[in-house]
Order: sequence, then C-alpha cells, then structure tokens
Amino acid sequence: MSEHHSTYVPSTGIERWLDARLPIVRLMHDSAVSYPVPRNLNYFWTFGGILMFVLIAQIVTGIVLVMHYTPHTSMAFDSIEGIMRDVNWGWLMRYMHANGASMFFVAVYIHIARGLYYGSYKAPREVLWILGVIIFLVMMATAFMGYVLPWGQMSFWGATVITNLFSAFPVIGEPIVTWLWGGYSVDNPTLNRFFSLHYLLPFVLLGIVVLHVWALHHVGQNNPTGVEVKDYAKDTVPFTPFATVKDLYAMVCFMIFFAWFVFYQPNFLGHADNYIPADPLKTPAHIVPEWYFLPFYGILRAIPDKLGGVLAMFASIGVLAFLPWLDTSKVKSGAYRPIFKICFWVLIIVTILLGYTGSQPTDKPVLTLGDRTVLDMVGFAQILTVIYFAYFLVALPLLGLFEKTKPVPASIADSVLGAK
Amino acid sequence: MKMISRSLIAALALAGAAMSPALAASGHTDNPPAQKWSFSGPFGTFDRAQLQRGFKVYKEVCAACHSMKLLSFRNLSEPGGPGFTEGQVKTLAAEYKVKDGPNESGDMFERPGRPADRFPAPFANDEAAKAANNGAVPPDFSVIAKARTYSRGFPMWLFDIFTQYQEQGPDYITAILIGYEEAPKGVTVEPGLNYNKYFPGNKIAMANPLIALFDDNGKAQDPGFYTDGTPVTREQVARDVSAFLMWAAEPHMEARKQTGAKVMIWLTILAMLLYFSKKKIWARLEGGH
Ligand code: HEC
Ligand code: HEM
Repeated sequence: MSEHHSTYVPSTGIERWLDARLPIVRLMHDSAVSYPVPRNLNYFWTFGGILMFVLIAQIVTGIVLVMHYTPHTSMAFDSIEGIMRDVNWGWLMRYMHANGASMFFVAVYIHIARGLYYGSYKAPREVLWILGVIIFLVMMATAFMGYVLPWGQMSFWGATVITNLFSAFPVIGEPIVTWLWGGYSVDNPTLNRFFSLHYLLPFVLLGIVVLHVWALHHVGQNNPTGVEVKDYAKDTVPFTPFATVKDLYAMVCFMIFFAWFVFYQPNFLGHADNYIPADPLKTPAHIVPEWYFLPFYGILRAIPDKLGGVLAMFASIGVLAFLPWLDTSKVKSGAYRPIFKICFWVLIIVTILLGYTGSQPTDKPVLTLGDRTVLDMVGFAQILTVIYFAYFLVALPLLGLFEKTKPVPASIADSVLGAK
Repeated sequence: MKMISRSLIAALALAGAAMSPALAASGHTDNPPAQKWSFSGPFGTFDRAQLQRGFKVYKEVCAACHSMKLLSFRNLSEPGGPGFTEGQVKTLAAEYKVKDGPNESGDMFERPGRPADRFPAPFANDEAAKAANNGAVPPDFSVIAKARTYSRGFPMWLFDIFTQYQEQGPDYITAILIGYEEAPKGVTVEPGLNYNKYFPGNKIAMANPLIALFDDNGKAQDPGFYTDGTPVTREQVARDVSAFLMWAAEPHMEARKQTGAKVMIWLTILAMLLYFSKKKIWARLEGGH
C-alpha cells in the first residue's frame, strides 16, 4: 500500500513541533483514521479488533489478579478463592480472566477460519499470516500455563500429561522434561516458572501483534472478493468513521456474548475438577484439556505411537505456516471456488469432530455391529486426522490445478455497485 | 449453503457429547434429579431462611467430619448470604473454641471464636480424618458445590447455555444425601463402604449422614429441628444443606447476577446505538454495505 500517502495535517503549533521530532500522532492518524479499508468487508473482518480487545482485557484483569495471587503449591488454590471471596470485584476479575481465555480462542478460531476461506494467507500476505500462526502458538502456551496457576486437579494433571509429551523424544526427551519441571515431577518450581512465563508471554504476544498489524497496514486488507484494491477512491473507505463504527458495534455484540458467560455461566466452559485442590496422589478419572485444545489433543491420541502423536499434533498446527505455498490456486477467495468451498466445510466439520474424539475415552465404541466394535474412538480420530492433513497436503495443492473457478469481479467497486 | 449448515449442525451435535466429561466415568450411576432452586436463572437469589436451615444442618451434622476452611463466621452476616445479624454471628462464633497464640509466655491457648475467625476444622489433619473415617478423607466444603458435577449428555449441555442451568453441584449433593439404598443383588459392598445410587461407582465411604436426624422409616427424630415451621423431611434437609453449600462456594452469586443484569442492559443499549450509527454512516456511501 505504498501509494497511499499520509494525509495527516498537524493543526496546532504543538502538533507541528512534535511531528517534526516524533511523528507519533501522524502514525496514529495514518493507521486508525485515514487508513483505507476495502469497502466490501463483512463482519468476519471485525474479529481482529475483537481479538485486540480480548488481549487487552486479559492483560488488565491478569495484572489485577497477580496483585492477590500466591504462586506456591500450598497457597495458590486458596489465594484464588481469596480473590473470589475477599477482594472487591475479585470474582469479576477472575471470571473475566478465566472466561476471557475461552473468548480469545472463540475469536481466534473465527479469525483463522475467515483467513482460510477467503485465501487471506496468499501473496502478498504470507508474512502477515505466519505472524498469525506464531500468535496462535504463543496464545496456546499462555493459556496452558495460565490454567496451571489455580493449582486444581486439572491444572496439575493437565500439566503432567502435557509436559510428559516431551519425554517421547529419544535421548533428549527425559532431560527436557526434567528441565521443564525444574525437578523430577510437576511441583513448586514448575508452578513458579509457569507463573513467570504466563506473565511474560502476553507481552510477547502484544509485540507480535504489533508486527502483525504493521504487516497488515503495509499490504492492506484482503476482502470477500479476494481482488486487490485497484483504485483507492472507488474501492476503499477511510478507517474512521466507517470501520471504526462497524468494529465497535461488533465488539459490543461480542461483549454481550462474553458477559453472558461471565455473569451467568462462569463455570460452564471450565471443569469442575479444577475446584478440587491438586493432589499428586489421586489421578482424576478423566484428564481432559480445555475445550480449545481438544482437536489437537484428538490428533495426538489418534497416533498409537507417543512420538508420532506428538509430531502429528505439532504438524497439525505447523502445516498452517506453509499454506501460502500449499494452495496453488490463482483465485484467492473461496466464494469463487466451488470445490474448495466443500473441502473447507469438510475441514471445519472434521476439526470439530476431532475435538469430540479428544474429549472421549479412547476405547469408546463409535460404530458397533451387534456387540462387535467396528470403530472405536481412536480409529475414528485416525480417519479424521487423515482427512485433516489431506485438506492441506492434497486438496489445496491439487485444486489449484484442476478446479474450474467462477468468474471473479474486475474490482471491489464492481462487486458492490455492479459492473458498469 | 443449506447442506453445509445442516452438516455443520450435525457435526456440532456429535461434538456435543464432547463437553460431557463425566459421561464415561459413570458406570450405572443414576443422574441426579433436577431440583427447584431459588437461586437459579438470571435473577435468582438465595432464600435466606433456606440458607439458615442449611447452615443448621451443616453445623449440627456435617461439621463433625467436613471442614469449611475458606469461610469465616463473619461471612454469615454479609450481604447475599444467610442474613444472620452481626449479633447472632458474634454469639455463634463464641460457641467455638479457637486456637490462638503464642502469648507472652510463648504458649498456644484456646479462646472463644470471633466473627473474623475461619470455621475450625473437625480434624487436625488429613491423616486424623482418614483414621476416623475408614481411610477416606471427608472433602472440605468451601467449594464442594462447584467441585462436583454430573454429565448432562448431549444435547442437554448445549441447551444449558440458553437455560443457564448450572446447578449440577447442588443437585448432585442433594441426590447423594437421598441416594442411600440397599445394594442390588449381586453387588457386594465392602465393609466401611455404603451403597449410593448417585455416587460414581456407587460405593461411598460416607455412611448416610442423615441417619442422625431420621429414624429407619424416614421419620424425623426431632420434628422441631427446624424452628421456622418447615417440615423436617429427608428431601427438605438435603435441599437446604445443598443450597447452603452453593452459597458457601459462591458467596457473591447474587451480586454477580445483579451486576450482570445491569451490564446486559447497558451493553444492549450501546449495541443498538452503535448499530444505528453504523447504518447512518455507511448510508453516506453509494451502494452502502
Ligand atoms: C461421619 C463423618 C461424615 C459426616 C457426618 C458427613 N460426611 Fe460427607 N463424607 C464423609 C466421608 C468419609 C466422605 C468421603 C466419601 C468417599 O470419598 O467415598 C464424604 C463425602 C461427602 C461428599 C462428596 C461425595 C463425592 O462426590 O465425592 C459430600 C457431597 C458429602 N460428603 C456431603 C455431606 C453432607 C451434606 C453432610 C451433612 C449432612 C455430610 N457429608 C456428613 C464423611 C462424613
Ligand atoms: C494472552 C492472554 C492470556 C491468556 C490467554 C490467559 C489465560 C489464562 C487462563 C486459561 C487461566 C486459568 C483460569 C482459571 O481457571 O482460573 C489464567 C490464570 C491466570 N492468569 Fe492469565 N491469561 C492471559 C494473560 C494474563 C496476563 C497478562 C496476566 C498478568 C499480567 C495473567 C495472570 C494470570 C493469573 C494471576 C492467573 C491465575 C488466576 C486464575 O486462575 O484465575 N494472565 N490465565
């Protein structure tokens, strides 16, 4: 978007003085006021702003929680209950933070699905996309470590299961796990380092988000047609007031959804076992990760070999980073790609089903003939895992070569106003 | 698009069962019957008289084995709770002996409780609790109503988002208290364990605690146990103590729901204003959007 020049005009003496020395007001004006956005964006494009809001909300509520939280195995659980009982508005801070993590993932999954459907990962947005994949990974690490902090049964056993995964690597596995734990089991040193990192990572996240937005403002937004901006005057509108008011409206609607859980169902998305203080001698009947990790947990358990499972799980996220080069189609937007569209929805459904398998016992029958189990949960997850990877590694590369796409509008303006 | 949305719903439906973690754990455990609670729903509030009755049950029966160490006597007179007066709480606290110290000569001593003291635990430690209870530790009651649940199954859990059903904890506790039965034929219950149709696995180390209040035919030993005229029945007592435990686990529930109503109204108005602003601003464009 190099042709788009700054339209900022300092209006007072002070602004002119500052602009010559540190053009920070100009930067803000150019990125939040005059920044041109395609005029045909739909509401799926509001989730970036929503994610920004959730990140800030997590940081603010998190900082308040830290003021009252004690990172010690013998006190962590009670200190959080202290926040719930004795800190003014502590219950609100804690429930906002715990549910905010879920909201973060709701928003990020919609945001990622938007990118997949409209081909937002393609040139010139590869770096923007990869930064997004990194944000997703850091978010997952942050949420995982945050969940350990209340030191309930699921905190402890979740941490034990997940850190133990690294022991699958030959030779270096065991030393890595000992190093992660800071000892020979999940214990106080583990809790302390997770706390330290849980405080650090959101700020790292903020830094990567700045890069993500920088890249975005450099290349401009994609849009539902996938056709790049050709004429600023016809194809775009200034960010303020057009996108500002639309984003704010969407954000407030999202807040209503968020508030529903915080005020009325604050424990719906959590797990009752995490209200039982951690007990290293008592394994819960079922160790289930938070809902937002379930599809990946499903893939992990689909592979009978531990190392294979771990690699498949990391690959299922890592493969996203290669999308710009795996998708060979010249047409960006899924709206003009009939077969791609079907594959996309299959991927969404398969991912949800993988989440289902991740939440169930592995030997639970899925398909039975008489009293013979034809397909159990692991078998089902294996089929789904194959389809999941086939989308990225088979469908996307081949579709670009064979798919007959529908005609793409000549410009964004044409798609809104009709071709003249 | 229709096909897509239909298959998406089907997938969501299947994934539905996902959120029912206890599903597989429960062998032939019955699902607790749903009780009516005054505190359910968006405008629910605790029934003060019920909390006071529940507290009486806790104090006179359960407290012999179960601690409630995150609660202080003063909580009993705080807004949104059982609504005891400060005077009543002072008198109540003074009935308890609380360990304090050391004094100037370095000795620990006992003194009458004060409202700021936590509820004293019945056992000095888990080992003592185990020794007195056939090797099982009676769990602490501070958050027990949030720490117990049962599987709702699909599609119930999805509906729960809209109906705001979240009383699995008190429903479960009520069920446990009325779920003691003769073991069915073929099931052997080891000594020290008791058959309960709602407990996962059915064999619970706690003997029916309501034995203390009712005779074998379920008749109240002391019909005047409740002083507010409420009939003393097994179900009533079970519900009362469960409601009390819900309050103990979530003492700010009323404030939470009341704040929620204000936040919802405020956000809805804001959303409407923004919606119309958005329409107006975008109408300036040819072709709008
Ligand atoms: C004589 C001691 C004793 C008394 C009195 C007692 N309990 Fe228990 N309770 C126990 C023990 C022991 C357990 C642990 C049972 C187990 O793990 O099998 C327990 C467990 C429980 C549980 C948890 C069950 C679960 O799902 O893990 C609940 C709820 C409970 N008691 C409620 C009560 C209530 C309410 C009262 C008062 C009306 C009460 N108890 C009185 C000893 C007692
Ligand atoms: C990227 C944003 C963040 C995410 C996704 C996140 C996620 C989580 C999660 C899932 C929990 C467990 C909640 C529970 O069950 O109680 C948690 C707890 C916690 N987090 Fe965060 N968090 C984020 C940012 C922060 C920040 C910035 C801070 C502090 C500066 C912080 C401090 C805490 C504390 C003290 C707890 C323990 C209290 C509690 O469990 O409620 N978090 N976090």
